[in-house]
Amino acid sequence: MERQRHIVVLLPHPDDEGIIAGTLARHIHNGTPVTYVCLTLGEMGRNMGNPPFANRVTLPIIRKQELEEACRRIGIQDVRMWGYHDKTIEFEDQEKLADRIERLISELEPSLIYTFYPGYSVHPDHDATGAAVIRAVKRIPAHKRPTVHCIAIATGREKLLGQPDSVHDVSEYVEQKIHAIHAHQSQVQHLLGKGTLDDPIFREKYSREPFWEYRFNE
Amino acid sequence: MQLIQSESVQRVLQTLQDRPLYLHLEMTTGAYASHRDKSKITASAFISNAVIRYSHGTIAGQGPYRVGLKTPEGWVYAEGLTHWDENEPNRLIMAGHDQQGRLIVSLQLSVEPF
Repeated sequence: MERQRHIVVLLPHPDDEGIIAGTLARHIHNGTPVTYVCLTLGEMGRNMGNPPFANRVTLPIIRKQELEEACRRIGIQDVRMWGYHDKTIEFEDQEKLADRIERLISELEPSLIYTFYPGYSVHPDHDATGAAVIRAVKRIPAHKRPTVHCIAIATGREKLLGQPDSVHDVSEYVEQKIHAIHAHQSQVQHLLGKGTLDDPIFREKYSREPFWEYRFNE
Repeated sequence: MQLIQSESVQRVLQTLQDRPLYLHLEMTTGAYASHRDKSKITASAFISNAVIRYSHGTIAGQGPYRVGLKTPEGWVYAEGLTHWDENEPNRLIMAGHDQQGRLIVSLQLSVEPF
C-alpha cells in the first residue's frame, strides 16, 4: 500500500468504517493523513440491546460517542459529522450533496477516496453516498481526479463487478480493527456476531479487505 | 427503557391529550432483511415530527401492547409495543423490541420536537 498525500473516507453510518478499519490503520501507520466524513449518526439503527440501553432519542448521542471512540482506536484524527438523517441520503438534493463533497475535495486535495460502490452496497444510504462521491469526482478534470476505491457488499459482488482490484492484507492490524469495531457497543453484536479472534476462520475473514476501483468511463 | 406498565402509560396518554404534539411513528424490518433472507422484503416507514392532537388515547392488550389515538380526522395506531421510558417528562417514548433487542416499532409523542 503506497503512501498517499491525503485520504478522504466518505461513509454514511457510524460503524461503516469498521469494514475498512485495517486498511485505514495501515495507511495511518504509513504516515498518510486520513479524514473521515460520516454523513449520519445512524439514528435509525434498531439495535437497542436487551434490556434496551437506548431509545430513538438517545441512540444518536450514543452512536456519536461510539464513532469518536472507534476513530481514536483506528488513529483517525479528523472526523467530520455532516449531520444528515439516517435513511435519507438518497432523498437529499443530490447536486447540493455533490457540491459539498466537491468543496471537501478542493479543501483537502486527497489522492485517494474510500466510499461505497454505488449500486453494489445493499443499504440505500451506502449506494447514495457512493453515488454522490462519484458525481462530485466526475466534475473534476480527469487528470486531477483522486483515485476512488469502493467497498462492495452486495451478494455475488465478484460475479457482478469482477475480482476486486486490490485485496489488502491487514492481518497485522486485525486486533486493532476488531477493537475499533467493539467501540460500537450498541451495534457490535450485529456486526461481529459471536466471533472472536481465537477462531482462525474469523481472523482470516477480517484480515482481508477487498476494494474495487471506480472506472470513470468517459 | 423499561417494560411497559400500561396503567402508567395510560396516565401519561391522558395528560398529553387535547394539545398539539410532535409524533414519531415507525415500523421496520431492518435495512438488511432482504439481504439476509431473499424471501423477505425490506420494508420500513417512519414519520418524524408530524404535528397531531388527539382527543382520546388508549393503551390496550396484555403485552405486547397496542396504542390508539383518536384525532379529529382519523387515527394513530401502533401494535407490538413492549418498552417505554418512564423518566421522560413531557414526552412519551414507546417501542417494540424483539428478543435480540432490535426495534420493530416505535411510537413517540412530545410537547417539543424530537
